[in-house]
Amino acid sequence: MDDNAEPTRQPVRLRGRSYVAFVFAPVVPIIEWLAELDATLARSPGFFVGKPVVLDLSAVDLSRPAIQHLVLSLEKRNIRILGIEGVDVSALTPSMPPLLSGGRHCALQQAEPEKVEVKPPPTSLLLDTPVRSGQSIYFPDGDVTVLGSVSSGAEIVAGGSIHVYGTLRGRAMAGVNGNSMARIYCQRIEAELLAIDGYYQTAEELDAALRNRPAQAWLEGDIMRVTPLN
Amino acid sequence: MAKVLVVTSGKGGVGKTTSTAAMGAALAQSGKKVVVVDFDVGLRNLDLVMGAERRVVFDLINVVQGVAKLPQALIRDKRLEGLWLLPASQTKDKEALTDEGVGNVIAELRKTFDWILCDSPAGIERGATLAMRFADEALIVTNPEVSSVRDSDRIIGLLDSKTVKAENGERVEKHVLITRYDPARAARGEMISIEDILEILATPLLGIIPESQDVLRASNVGSPVTLNNPASAPARAYLDATRRLLGETVPMLVPTERKGLMDLLRGRRAA
Repeated sequence: MDDNAEPTRQPVRLRGRSYVAFVFAPVVPIIEWLAELDATLARSPGFFVGKPVVLDLSAVDLSRPAIQHLVLSLEKRNIRILGIEGVDVSALTPSMPPLLSGGRHCALQQAEPEKVEVKPPPTSLLLDTPVRSGQSIYFPDGDVTVLGSVSSGAEIVAGGSIHVYGTLRGRAMAGVNGNSMARIYCQRIEAELLAIDGYYQTAEELDAALRNRPAQAWLEGDIMRVTPLN
Repeated sequence: MAKVLVVTSGKGGVGKTTSTAAMGAALAQSGKKVVVVDFDVGLRNLDLVMGAERRVVFDLINVVQGVAKLPQALIRDKRLEGLWLLPASQTKDKEALTDEGVGNVIAELRKTFDWILCDSPAGIERGATLAMRFADEALIVTNPEVSSVRDSDRIIGLLDSKTVKAENGERVEKHVLITRYDPARAARGEMISIEDILEILATPLLGIIPESQDVLRASNVGSPVTLNNPASAPARAYLDATRRLLGETVPMLVPTERKGLMDLLRGRRAA
């Protein structure tokens, strides 16, 4: 005898793998349960297409033909049953999906995308340090408040008003997006340039009597007014 | 814990190099191990003020580029134990400095020294930004005149945004040092007042150094003013500032013009 003729055996390799399946647990009367399912499908048609679905019959007591009918009814709705749970093996025929056991609960990922909370963009900017020479603060969305001084050679550009709780020595440009209602307020005015909605005034044009005092600037028509505060 | 102190100003000629040498020597005199690093590549001066210009072999750029090892480039001061100089290169320019290279040098210096004083070049370009890049503290040297104050303000803005500490959300501790303060001109109201400077810069004052011929005299003989003539007015002011830097409370004296007997007599005659 020659053993060499026997082909080399390839051992069958078995692997385990687990999947997440939807579980349907019908309740009596089945007709109404199916109607409920139809309503769900009407809202999101094709939701269960191609997804694994398991039928859990532990809550109902159905005969073999009734189970057969239920499986067929679901197949008509394009839902294919992967397996059946919670019945005796004798209740199933070979043509039906196999009996499953040992399933575990798990949280289902909702297919609906999470709603991203859209925060309205901030409408004011607070700076709690002095604005140094050479720094440029640009905030087109609203007011700018500075808790400190704005140095000579610094600039602040705001869509809204500008509030400086220190000495304003640099340039302040308010209402840059065409907001003629914007104003500039400061604790001490020594500004190099003031501008509101494109109208501007340089340090030279500023009334000397106003210097080093609390002041505000606003637009009256197309004339810029700078007046003392309080 | 090693401290990296950048001596900076923005404007040139205000006394950064003089202050670096004077404070470096004063720190070494109080027993600290100190290195003064010249970042003014291409226009080096610190070696002259320290009196080490004839002993420069390797420099900062050589170390940054890996041509020389750090101990080869460090020059020990002949007068003071614990005072060292890392000179700048005179032949290269500031483009030879790299962020990473400077970072490595500073990290290595931190291992052996208590204080690392970086003498920044004027301006806000590469040399100046790299000198302040790795600083823990900053000494902002300001003269009592408008352009110097505005430039200092600009530098403070950079210290708050372009340093490693600022980028990590920390703060570089900042001190203002007013130099070249002339009591006679201050009395005549020809300089910005100290109150105004501090109001504009919104930064604590470390000291006021009077304008003095002693500073020039010390530079000419290649010796930090605190070593050359410790009893002189500028030297005493630098020594006080150094003690404040080390955390001591020393009363701040605004230099005033010393009136001699002759001045008094002359004043009376004029009155």
